[in-house]
Amino acid sequence: MLHLISAADLSHSDAVLILDTAEELAQVGDRSVKKLPTLRGRTVVNLFFEDSTRTRISFEAAAKRLSADVLNFAVKGSSVSKGESLKDTALTLEAMGADGVVIRHNASGAPYRLAEWVRGSVINAGDGTHEHPTQALLDAFTMRRRLGRLADLRVTIVGDVLHSRVARSNVALLHTLGAQVTLVAPPTLLPVAVETWPCEVAYDLDSALPKSDVVMMLRVQRERMQAAYFPSAREYSRRYGLDAERMARLPDDAIVMHPGPMNRGMEIAAEVADSPRSTIVEQVANGVSVRMAVLYLLLGGSEPALGGGER
Amino acid sequence: MTHTVTTETGAAAGGGRPRRLHIAGAALPGPGGALRTANIAVEDGRIAEVSDAGPAAGAVRVDGSGLIALPGLVDLHTHLREPGREDAETVASGTRAAARGGFTAVHAMANTDPVADTAGVVEQVWRLGQEAGHCDVWPVGAVTQGIAGSRLAELGAMADSKARVRVFSDDGHCVSDALLMRRALEYVKAFDGVIAQHAQEPRLTEGAQMNEGAVSARLGLAGWPAVAEEAIIARDCLLAAHVGSRLHVCHVSTAGSVEILRWAKSRGTQVTAEVTPHHLLLTDDLVQHYDPAYKVNPPLRTAEDVHALRAGLADGTIDCVATDHAPHPVEAKESEWSYAAMGMVGLETALSVVHLTMVETGLLDWAGVAERMSAAPARIGRLATQGRPLEPGEPANLTLYDPAPRGRVDPRSFASKSRNTPYLGIELPGRVVATLLRGRPTVLDGKLV
Repeated sequence: MLHLISAADLSHSDAVLILDTAEELAQVGDRSVKKLPTLRGRTVVNLFFEDSTRTRISFEAAAKRLSADVLNFAVKGSSVSKGESLKDTALTLEAMGADGVVIRHNASGAPYRLAEWVRGSVINAGDGTHEHPTQALLDAFTMRRRLGRLADLRVTIVGDVLHSRVARSNVALLHTLGAQVTLVAPPTLLPVAVETWPCEVAYDLDSALPKSDVVMMLRVQRERMQAAYFPSAREYSRRYGLDAERMARLPDDAIVMHPGPMNRGMEIAAEVADSPRSTIVEQVANGVSVRMAVLYLLLGGSEPALGGGER
Repeated sequence: MTHTVTTETGAAAGGGRPRRLHIAGAALPGPGGALRTANIAVEDGRIAEVSDAGPAAGAVRVDGSGLIALPGLVDLHTHLREPGREDAETVASGTRAAARGGFTAVHAMANTDPVADTAGVVEQVWRLGQEAGHCDVWPVGAVTQGIAGSRLAELGAMADSKARVRVFSDDGHCVSDALLMRRALEYVKAFDGVIAQHAQEPRLTEGAQMNEGAVSARLGLAGWPAVAEEAIIARDCLLAAHVGSRLHVCHVSTAGSVEILRWAKSRGTQVTAEVTPHHLLLTDDLVQHYDPAYKVNPPLRTAEDVHALRAGLADGTIDCVATDHAPHPVEAKESEWSYAAMGMVGLETALSVVHLTMVETGLLDWAGVAERMSAAPARIGRLATQGRPLEPGEPANLTLYDPAPRGRVDPRSFASKSRNTPYLGIELPGRVVATLLRGRPTVLDGKLV
């Protein structure tokens, strides 16, 4: 595998290898010296066309723990009419000798275009409303850690599926890993032809919750209201928000996830976000381990992840 | 097979303007799919004779054996980009591409810069076409000033100008205001004009990037629903019927649109429609790697739509093929999908794509191709001297097409200034060997004269 652009490109064994490697690498985070020499001399560029401090620092921490050199390249206002084109940016990175490019872009599919112009590995850190594969990997990693398995796990994903790259990557990856996914959203926030996806679809959250081992709440942007996707924030919250009363409908060991950043009081109540069921903080920590695994597997070559004899 | 062009004395024909030309043994499409082999004598810009007779003295002889003779193709929908975007195409380069594709007339769309919304601009485009001389250029006039969709352009002035405009279109934009559309349809009746509508409901397509369906859902690209096209076509058919006007629908792309047109025609509405070659062949799953070569307006649709469009073109629900030749410079396509320009070049591949999708499938015979690519568009555009049958006394606008060779599309060979073809490396049948404009070869042996 040269690139990681879509979670749909991962086979079952690819995905399990990434999760297992992440599990090994997670030990590094528990050490006093949180650093491995694995990617010494390699250059990873964080190419961010969209502000996302949390994703960028997660990738940056992952690359640095593997001793890679990290260059942060932030491009503001990336409309084609102003400034440098993606192709020229790619040629610049190529000239700098980037071994891996982590790209966050507001246009769906931008990583595919980038991959045509650079020789290094392209890692999709979120492209438009298309995919965010490392988010799906860290979500699967978190589920497996908390619940011990992924096969036949019942995962309910709630919210703005239409505009969610997290949902697309999760549906693809969880299906590959044998979980059963149900999407719950108002019909306006589900894509046309969603019935072709390998998952169930429902409009009613209350009836889906008792059958969920995992409930993943998606961020809903308030500007969707202006575009008439739903009448008001209050109505959305009432029908699709997860509050304490709704959370009580979940089975005892079910977990609540959110990819962040949260709109507390909109899709998720504060008491839910801060409850013991919530994995939101763990997801952030797991993100670093999973991204280390991805960088190691794409860029690391033949060396063992944890170095010789160290297990 | 090579097709030699010689004078009777055996010398190779140069450029020049031979007054007499003799096409030996070409196949003329007739009724019932029959092909009749005959010699065509061309004299003083007209077809003098279609018979078994030999060449007159001094005539340039064109070997027509194995070639199909078609009336010169007519395109109702061409973007020549001049004035304003001469980096993408000029009237000269676009009409060279047209001649190479077998066309003897093109309608130049109005979305230039400045917009072709006054007599001055349409006359300028018309004159540039005359000067280039590769094929007739009939400017399309904008329906509204600046294609802004709010006030009618001076349609009468454009109709009365030297450019003799009969087709009016805001192509690229929909005349979405129902009242304005009604007025435009009514107004052009005074000079037998037609409104060519770009059917795209603007609110339903805000930010739209590709056909809305399973592929757009997976790719996370904002969808362009079929209903956005169909709703406007239905509305406009009803308006045209109400005011008794002529409506032409540009680049029909959905199965539903074909159904609506079939219904409107069954009621006697004066509506005509075109389909592009790319919508007869390509589908939205090609977008899967976000290559903007496949980005076009209207978007590529599904295989089901392609089948319905072919059937509609075969049964006459769709009257003609129009290229929507839309040249763009390299950088306009070398970007993220969402930022890339919409459009494809098409003049030099149109006949081959129609051959592949309609003739090789048995849906249309060559007489049908002549109707859909020459006679029908000429009628819709009210061109008296184009799209005529290949008969004595008619203007000698014709195309000789060799259906035998197959070759991969190589954009470097295009006469167009732009290379944004969706057919890169695809194998297509056939080759235009010669194009005659009023008896004068614009293309011979597949090369521009």
